[in-house]
Amino acid sequence: MSDRTVDRVAKATPVRVARKIRGLSDRAIAWIFISPTIFLLLAINIFPLIWTIQLSFTNFKANRIGREVKDVGFRNYERILTDSDTWLNMQATAHFLFWTIFFQVLIGFTLAWLLNKKFKGNDLWTTIIVLPMMLSPAVVGNFWKFLYQPQIGLFNYIVSWFSGKDPSSFEMLGSVQLAPWAIVIVDTWMWTPFVMLICLAGLRSIPDYIYEAAEVDRASKLRQFFTITIPMVLPFLMLAVLFRGIENFKMFDLVVQLTGGGPGSTTELTSINLKREAFEKWRTGYASAYAIILFVTVFGLASIYVKALNKVKQR
Amino acid sequence: MTYSKLASASAIVLAATTLSTKANAEDLTLCWAAWDPANALVELSKEFEAESGHTMNFEFVPWPNFADRMLNELNSGGKLCDLLIGDSQWIGGGAENGHYVQLNEFFDAESISMDDFAPATVYAYSTWPKGTPNYYALPAMGDANGWFYRKDWFEDPEIQAAYKEATGQDLREPESQKELLQIAQFFQGREIEGKTVYGAAIFTERGSEGITMGVTGALYPWGFKYENTPGSYDMEGAVNSPEAVEALEFYKEFYKTATPPGYTNSYMGESLDAFKSGQVAMAMNWFAFFPGLYADPSTGGDKIDFFVNPPQNQAGSTLGGQGISVVSYSDKQDAALEYIKWFAQPAVQAKWWELGGYSAHNSVLQDPGFVDSAPFAGDFLLAMNDVQDFWQEPAYAELLLAMQKRIHDYVVADQGTAQEALDLLIEDWTETFEDEGKL
Repeated sequence: MSDRTVDRVAKATPVRVARKIRGLSDRAIAWIFISPTIFLLLAINIFPLIWTIQLSFTNFKANRIGREVKDVGFRNYERILTDSDTWLNMQATAHFLFWTIFFQVLIGFTLAWLLNKKFKGNDLWTTIIVLPMMLSPAVVGNFWKFLYQPQIGLFNYIVSWFSGKDPSSFEMLGSVQLAPWAIVIVDTWMWTPFVMLICLAGLRSIPDYIYEAAEVDRASKLRQFFTITIPMVLPFLMLAVLFRGIENFKMFDLVVQLTGGGPGSTTELTSINLKREAFEKWRTGYASAYAIILFVTVFGLASIYVKALNKVKQR
Repeated sequence: MTYSKLASASAIVLAATTLSTKANAEDLTLCWAAWDPANALVELSKEFEAESGHTMNFEFVPWPNFADRMLNELNSGGKLCDLLIGDSQWIGGGAENGHYVQLNEFFDAESISMDDFAPATVYAYSTWPKGTPNYYALPAMGDANGWFYRKDWFEDPEIQAAYKEATGQDLREPESQKELLQIAQFFQGREIEGKTVYGAAIFTERGSEGITMGVTGALYPWGFKYENTPGSYDMEGAVNSPEAVEALEFYKEFYKTATPPGYTNSYMGESLDAFKSGQVAMAMNWFAFFPGLYADPSTGGDKIDFFVNPPQNQAGSTLGGQGISVVSYSDKQDAALEYIKWFAQPAVQAKWWELGGYSAHNSVLQDPGFVDSAPFAGDFLLAMNDVQDFWQEPAYAELLLAMQKRIHDYVVADQGTAQEALDLLIEDWTETFEDEGKL
């Protein structure tokens, strides 16, 4: 039936057109199909990237169009890399990245493991747990700001109830020591469910017969956990870490709502600093260099990580 | 033939009517910050609509986003605003980047004299380069940073006695910055009407301009200067002078010892909230809010009074306020200029003050009844005599953000010393002026 359709279509094709198509190689046809995508990719990704690289060697300011644009060589890069504030921003970002991922993996996996046990109300609990990640970061930032308020904030009252300290004796968002942890807590609260869902998918993909075979071999629960559960969930977990790592490296909205980068510059993550340089100070050339440095950093780290992920998958 | 003549004549009349209507009646958009005076301006502008036939639309943006939103609009050559009441610090950028229309010819043609406005406001809101007779705005809203306090608490005999016992002095409106701190510290953590209250609400906001506007309220009275010689960009010894260091240390002490807990990122809104909720005895804020505060049913009226930013080594207040400019990208510049001409009239300026706007017109300010026209009017005049403004350079945003960072790092985040903060600030500003080709 399908052969006959093909024949009919072939016969219906005008001879000149058919000759032309016959003249095209497979490679040429492939190019025709992918060229719109390549064009879009060039226009939206590659061209801006090349332009950003070019701008990073200039003193261009987007709010001063009429001003003479000078080539400054590597001066922007030199300034950024020798500026101690840049490294403080990097440290703040690394702290945020490491601890959010650590807690989200730990709590997310634990929750997934618990929810994977069949018990009454399992679905209801899953729904309740994933609620935070359905909220807008702006909303989350604003209401956590209230929760952290030293005089009326629920968070301070709960801590004081456990510790016996006066609720207004500590400021989660105003203290240099506590503010970096305050943003970690909020991000963990919001995004742990995401890690949990991915882990749950991983746990549910493990066939029961593997555990049954282990039971027959008298493997203990602990051994089953470390030799079956963890290795089989690991690719899923690593994927979750990759997603959260990329997301948190460019974290902006939540932290701006909570602390605005303060106190001082304690929670000024690289993305916040980049936004200030590019769209508040309008140092476009400098900000372009900053963006390129961040791009190279993320690209390098992500490449290493993806290689590791592929190795784990192949095992 | 008769019909065709009639039809032609009708068409000409119709076309002429349409054209003249279009030429005369425009839809103008005025952009400003969203705050109390903006509501007064809406009310005032109804008279302009009735007189001119133009329709006024308003685009009011909340303060924390005002600069971002409006400067992006100007930088992109946007046509949203025909008239803009922009911050005083934008005048340099507005003029040099061609965002604002120069108004000299218009002022000459319409006999609008800058001598009719308070000199400090003309200098700050209208001129670029500073002090030259090149005008890019008409002074629209005079403003400065001032103080208000709980008059009922200050007059309470028990509290007065406690203060006398604690300090050996009478509780009164402070006459120096140090007395201001002493009073604030006295109220800090005190039980009043069964509630714990705190000293004062000051500006500590990090993101836009808050902490800079607050700390300059201490720096100026100590004698802070941006340059040794005006126009020289010679900042060493001026920005980081011993007086400036002392003032910065003072502001930090104020923040640490006399403000409510959690007061780490607070600006206008937070200051108003703290006062209206009965949390603080005193608060700093712009005079623009004072009519609303006085009218507040719970903490206004007899319970509130106002004072000018106290002097220390000299008198000094942080300048606020704005001028009104015509945006050069507007297609309705004639109608926009018509609005400015109408707004500059003494009668309109008098009504502006009456509605809650701060006129900068001499006919209003020098009126014998002005000082008694509102409980804060006299303080406003005093403040405007000694105002100082931040840099008004085209690169003002860079200069401001550098100061926000250095001051917040020192005052709120406890990083380094006051001397180091000001030294680093000079480094930042020097870099900016080098980039600008001014050093």
